[in-house]
Amino acid sequence: MQDNCSIEMRNVSKTFGRIKANQDVSLKIYKGEILSLLGENGSGKTTLMNMLSGIYFPDEGQIFVNGKPASITSPKDALKQGIGMIHQHFKLVSVLSAAENVILGLDGSLMLDMKEVSRKITEICERYHFNVDPDKKVYDMSVSEKQTLEIIKVLYRDADVLILDEPTAVLTPQETERLFDVLREMRKDGKAIVIITHKLHEVMELADRVAVLRKGKFVGELMVKDTNPQEMTNMMVGRTVMLNIDRPEPVNPTERLNIQGLTVINEDGVKKLDNVSFTAMGGEILGIAGIAGSGQKELLEAVAGLQPIKSGSIIYTPENGESEDLVGKTPMQIKNAGVALAFVPEDRLGMGLVGGMGMTGNMMLRSWQKGKGMFVHRSDPTALAEEIKEKLEVMTPDINYPVRRLSGGNVQKVLVGREIATAPSVMMSAYAVRGLDINTSYTIYNLMTTQKMKGTAVIFVGEDLDVLLELCDRILVLYDGKVSGIVDGRTATKEQIGLMMTRFEGEGGEKNE
Amino acid sequence: MNKVHTPLFHLTKRTNLSRSGAWLIRLGSFLAAIIIGGLIFVLLGQNPFEAYQSIITGSLGKSVALRQTIKIAVPLLGTAIAIAPCFKMRFWNIGAEGQITAGAIGATFFALNFAGKIPSMPLLLSMGIAGALCGAFWALIPAVFKAKWGTNETLFTLMMNYIVIGFVRWLQGGPWEGKPGSQIIPNFNPDAVLPEVFRIHCGWIIVLALTIFMYVYMKYSKHGYEIAVVGESHNTAKYAGMNVAKITIRTMLLSGAICGLVGFMVASGANKTLYHNVADGVGFTAITVAWLAQLKPFVMIVISLLLAILDKGSGELQTRMGVPSSISDIITGVFLFCMLASEFFINYRIIFTKSHKKEAAK
Repeated sequence: MQDNCSIEMRNVSKTFGRIKANQDVSLKIYKGEILSLLGENGSGKTTLMNMLSGIYFPDEGQIFVNGKPASITSPKDALKQGIGMIHQHFKLVSVLSAAENVILGLDGSLMLDMKEVSRKITEICERYHFNVDPDKKVYDMSVSEKQTLEIIKVLYRDADVLILDEPTAVLTPQETERLFDVLREMRKDGKAIVIITHKLHEVMELADRVAVLRKGKFVGELMVKDTNPQEMTNMMVGRTVMLNIDRPEPVNPTERLNIQGLTVINEDGVKKLDNVSFTAMGGEILGIAGIAGSGQKELLEAVAGLQPIKSGSIIYTPENGESEDLVGKTPMQIKNAGVALAFVPEDRLGMGLVGGMGMTGNMMLRSWQKGKGMFVHRSDPTALAEEIKEKLEVMTPDINYPVRRLSGGNVQKVLVGREIATAPSVMMSAYAVRGLDINTSYTIYNLMTTQKMKGTAVIFVGEDLDVLLELCDRILVLYDGKVSGIVDGRTATKEQIGLMMTRFEGEGGEKNE
Repeated sequence: MNKVHTPLFHLTKRTNLSRSGAWLIRLGSFLAAIIIGGLIFVLLGQNPFEAYQSIITGSLGKSVALRQTIKIAVPLLGTAIAIAPCFKMRFWNIGAEGQITAGAIGATFFALNFAGKIPSMPLLLSMGIAGALCGAFWALIPAVFKAKWGTNETLFTLMMNYIVIGFVRWLQGGPWEGKPGSQIIPNFNPDAVLPEVFRIHCGWIIVLALTIFMYVYMKYSKHGYEIAVVGESHNTAKYAGMNVAKITIRTMLLSGAICGLVGFMVASGANKTLYHNVADGVGFTAITVAWLAQLKPFVMIVISLLLAILDKGSGELQTRMGVPSSISDIITGVFLFCMLASEFFINYRIIFTKSHKKEAAK
């Protein structure tokens, strides 16, 4: 096994201020193997891999590449040593073509031989059955094409070690399958592959071995053929966690939001929502599925008053009271009209929260204009922050500690906690569990279900179809800004939704006229 | 095992530095500035101890000198206070220079036209109000363009400076010219001059009051909260139901009004007249003051005094020791550089690479 070892990390530690992101981690990565790195949020997976890809330098410990001690000082240096990382957020220049992006940052002679570059790219594409046109501009590419391009970028530099950070988060089931085929092909070629993911069924399907981190420490490894999701979860969390989502029958569903013919055109003149019609009921969870960028963001923002609406109506009917059209109202007017609308946006720190403020300051986002006079009131928000910290077990040194510095899961707990505290009658959330670990994800699912049982109309935009099928009562599928259908969450299948996500099935939905 | 080339050091972000630790670093960089500055004096063949002594005595030694130092600090502090809310909002108002000048024009209008006709108190009051209004108006123009059409406020506010300064040049040679051909606006009637308290024009009291006001405004008011949120993210502000355009315009109005007040104080208190260089670079130096103080109003008092001491002291250096004024600029630069560098060391820690050895616990 020794000569097969591609990378070895020995007693590696990395500290950020008070936080020990990695502590004494030893890990081997072998050629011709797919290793899955598992761990909860903040367990140090990404930090560990960033030390391999040259973004961070370990405070202590030594990295060996092909058995020799190595020092990786920059991403470029990492690639020189054959290590390439595909980050969660793509690092591409959108105005450049695929080929130009591939050679970006490479040393070379003064003259560029783009023909040679294209030839080499085509060669890689043929080898792994990629379908990428070297001359296509990045801004014309789909998310999956961009990811493929990132992989080509790394392969072009002859990397033997590929690290992928949550690669499937943005892909449809079909695209995920294709990616996995490529990774299996690479494994056959003797490349070492590390994949960071939270989706355990993917681990079961793809990986050979899992390494588990907990609170920055290496807690052990398992061979995938000898284990199951439950065992992996327990190892990650450190105790037994129940892995099923409770889905009680909807209680007394009543119409809360009735959206008819909603059309939204964005600043660039692109039609993001096209004649969208549906109803959201109090007491049920309405899931929204679709490829990223199919109009999910615009739909929720239109309801929240943050998106200019071209045409259509959004009729809100409170539990006991008059119906009201929300179209054309600002967020403040919606609020003043008595609509208790909770919104957990996709961009948590860029829209839902103020990164530089602590929990208290962020609680005030929903209450800052309360009270007479020119001064803000801090005592209620402080109490609320304390309560959320306690109830949702937010890990923060202090309620005034900037939320930007908290881990992703804790950031989301602060946001969801605040929104639920407004006692909403409509609760919208976009990718509420993106990037969150199993434990926190289940906390969020339970909070959604609790809201549903309180009679709230919950709208849950998700990307993991397995979760949508387990959690939601009905699932609306968006395709390119149109409703391609609404299905029953209890009877629909993953394949059916996957197909609806990739092509328009006009008459498939209810009230689609 | 240690044969591989490892980098000599790398940087990590600090998060656990105590308050006293931060102040120790600041003190250290201040000492470093004194030492570097001393070396420069040595290179020039001057005795560094004497040089520093003349800076101190020249700026603080005699009560005359001290008063002049404070006179330099007053507009610096006032302007830093004025631009603080803009910078908190990430609205880069570098047009304080012009807003000060506009304020001075407004005040001068009343000083030239109403002196002797109305008593001193209401005259000064109307000068102050006119100054604030003119400053606010000059700030309003770029603010509206930014709020409505998203124009770049940095270039816009900067260009506004040159327009208003040119306008004063025209006034100097045109309608407000004193002796024909002099290109000078006559000195204000004593009624239009700010009274002195402790033999310094009472602008210092106004500026200190503004400092307290700004501290409370930024920290405890709803407006202050809105400004902080808009500065972090326009999307978050909209999400919370804030009207970003309104907040931008309102904050710039406040900022311009305070700049205008500073212009009134400088024209009426210090210069007793108006000329095109009334702002004298204060609008730019105040940016340094505001950033060094990390937009904290009370810290700005210290920073503006420090810069005033360097300014006044190095003038003394020039007259007493014959050190060219360019050298005093270099010394000021060294101090600013070291003060900014200290912020770097407060935020980052340098770790020298020691393979496989336990690092000293910190």
